[in-house]
Amino acid sequence: MLKLPIYLDNNATTPLDPRVLEAMMPYLTEVFGNAASRNHPFGWAAEEAVDYAREQIAGLINCDPKEIIFTSGATESDNLGIKGVFEMYSQKGNHIITATTEHKAVLDTCKHIEKLGGRVTYLPVNELGLISLEELEAAMTPQTILVTIMYGNNETGTIQPIREIAAIAHKHGALFMTDGTQAVGKVPVDVIADGIDLMAFTAHKMYGPKGVGALYVRRKNPRVKVTAQMDGGGHERGMRSGTLNVPGIVGLGKACELCKQEMEADTQRLSAMRDRLERELLTLEESYVNGSREHRLPHVANISFKYVEGEGLMMGVKDLAVSSGSACTSASLEPSYVLKALGLSDDLAHSSLRFGLSRFSTDEQIDYAINHVKEAVTKLREMSPLWEMFKEGIDLNSIEWAEH
Amino acid sequence: MAYSDKVIDHYSNPRNVGTLDKSKKNVGTGLVGAPECGDVMRLQIEVDENTNTITDAKFKTFGCGSAIASSSLATEWLKGKTVDEALAIDNMEIVEELALPPVKIHCSVLAEDAIKSAINDYRVKNGLPELEMAKSHH
Repeated sequence: MLKLPIYLDNNATTPLDPRVLEAMMPYLTEVFGNAASRNHPFGWAAEEAVDYAREQIAGLINCDPKEIIFTSGATESDNLGIKGVFEMYSQKGNHIITATTEHKAVLDTCKHIEKLGGRVTYLPVNELGLISLEELEAAMTPQTILVTIMYGNNETGTIQPIREIAAIAHKHGALFMTDGTQAVGKVPVDVIADGIDLMAFTAHKMYGPKGVGALYVRRKNPRVKVTAQMDGGGHERGMRSGTLNVPGIVGLGKACELCKQEMEADTQRLSAMRDRLERELLTLEESYVNGSREHRLPHVANISFKYVEGEGLMMGVKDLAVSSGSACTSASLEPSYVLKALGLSDDLAHSSLRFGLSRFSTDEQIDYAINHVKEAVTKLREMSPLWEMFKEGIDLNSIEWAEH
Repeated sequence: MAYSDKVIDHYSNPRNVGTLDKSKKNVGTGLVGAPECGDVMRLQIEVDENTNTITDAKFKTFGCGSAIASSSLATEWLKGKTVDEALAIDNMEIVEELALPPVKIHCSVLAEDAIKSAINDYRVKNGLPELEMAKSHH
C-alpha cells in the first residue's frame, strides 16, 4: 500500500537511515561521556566512538581521519572554511573567487568578507549551470587566496568540473574549497584525486542526523590552517571549540560508511528512476530540464512546466513533497536566483519543480508522482490565461504586462 | 504555510473557469499581473446593458493557490451584481473571506485590479470614460 504524501524533497533533507539510528542509540543513552574527558572510561568510550567515526568519514572521501573537523553542519563548515582562510591567509592576499549559484551559506559569508575589506569575484554560470574555466583563470590574481565552488548544486544537481577548477586554483597558488553538501555520499568524492583543500558537508543530506557536519581541512601538500570562528576549549585541533556532539558524530560516521558501501547500487537505481520520471514528465508539452543533464547528481531532477506557476503546482501535487523555484511567498516575489543565473526567464523559474530522490524512493512512488504531476499540470494549464494565449499563437513578450 | 479551507476549496473546485467572447460589446476583459512576477489574472464580465447587471463572469489565472482562489471568488461575487456594486468590491473583503495571510494579500489586490480593469474595458467599449484606478498598491 502506497503511503501518502510521498517525500521527494531529499535535497532539503533525507530521512534518518534506521541503521544510523541504531548506531547512535547507545551514545544517546548509556555511553554519554564527554569525548574530551581524558581521565576516565566514560570519556575514553566517547573518544573512541568519535575516532571510529573519523575513520568511517575518511574512508568515504579518501582523507586522513585527522583532517576532519566536526561542526554543527554544512553552513557552519562553509563559514569556518571561508572566514577561517580569509583570516589565516590575510598576509598573502584578500581575494576570494566563488560562483553566483552557490548556496547562501557561501554567498552570504562572502558578502560578510567583503564588509571586512576582502574582495570577492562571483563567477557567472552558463545555461547548464557550469562555470567557465577560462573565466576562472582570468579572475585569478596574486592576491587570490581561495577559490570556493560547490561540488553539486542543491537546486539543479549540476556537478562542476572540480578537478579542473582545483588545478587552476593551485597553479595560481590559491587554496581550493568546495561545498560538498549535496555530493558527498551520492557521487565518489575523493579529496586527493579531486585536489580539494577544504570541503564542507553534513550528515542530514546522506541519511544521517541533523545538527552535525564536518569541514575537511587538508594537512599535507599543502598544510592548510583556518582561524577558529568559535573560541573555547580548543577542540578539533584548535579550529573548532565546543564539546563534541558524540551521538551525531557517530551517526555521521555510520551514514558515511553506508554511503560508501551502497553508493554504486544507489546511484544505478536512483538515476534509472530519476531518468524515467524525467522522461515521462518531458512528454508534457513545453516542459524543460534545468541544468546540465550530463554533469549531474544521480538523484535530482529540476523541471520547468511553462505557463504553470510553481507554487500553484505544488498545491496541485499535494500528495508529493517537492520544492519549487518559485518564491511567491517571499516579500520580494523573486524566483530562484540559481535558476535565474542559468539564464532562465522569471516566468520559467517560477514554473519549476525540484524532485530529489533518496535511497528509500520506490518505483511505485515514482509511478504515482508521474501521474500526479501530469494531471496537475494539465488541470492548471486549462486554468492558465498564458497557456490559452500560447495555444492561440500569441507571443507573450508582445504583451505589455502591468508590472506590480 | 497551510492554506485555509476556503482557499483549498476554490483551488480544487474553481468556479467559473473559462473564456467569454471578448469581441462582444457587452463583455469586459481585464488582464493584470505579469508572468515574471509569478501571477497573471484574466477576468471577464458579461453585462446586461439594460439593467447594468453582470450576468456572467469567467476567469483564468496563472499563479499560486491564493491567486487562483481570489479570482475564483471574485467571479462568484460578480455574478448578479450591478457594475457599480462590482466597483465597490474591496480587496480586504477577499482577504477576509479566504483568510489570506499577509504574504498573500497581493493576490487579493490583483483580483480587485482585475475586476476594475474588466469594468474599464467594458466602459471604454461602450463609450464611457475610463475610471481612475483608485488604489495603487504596487
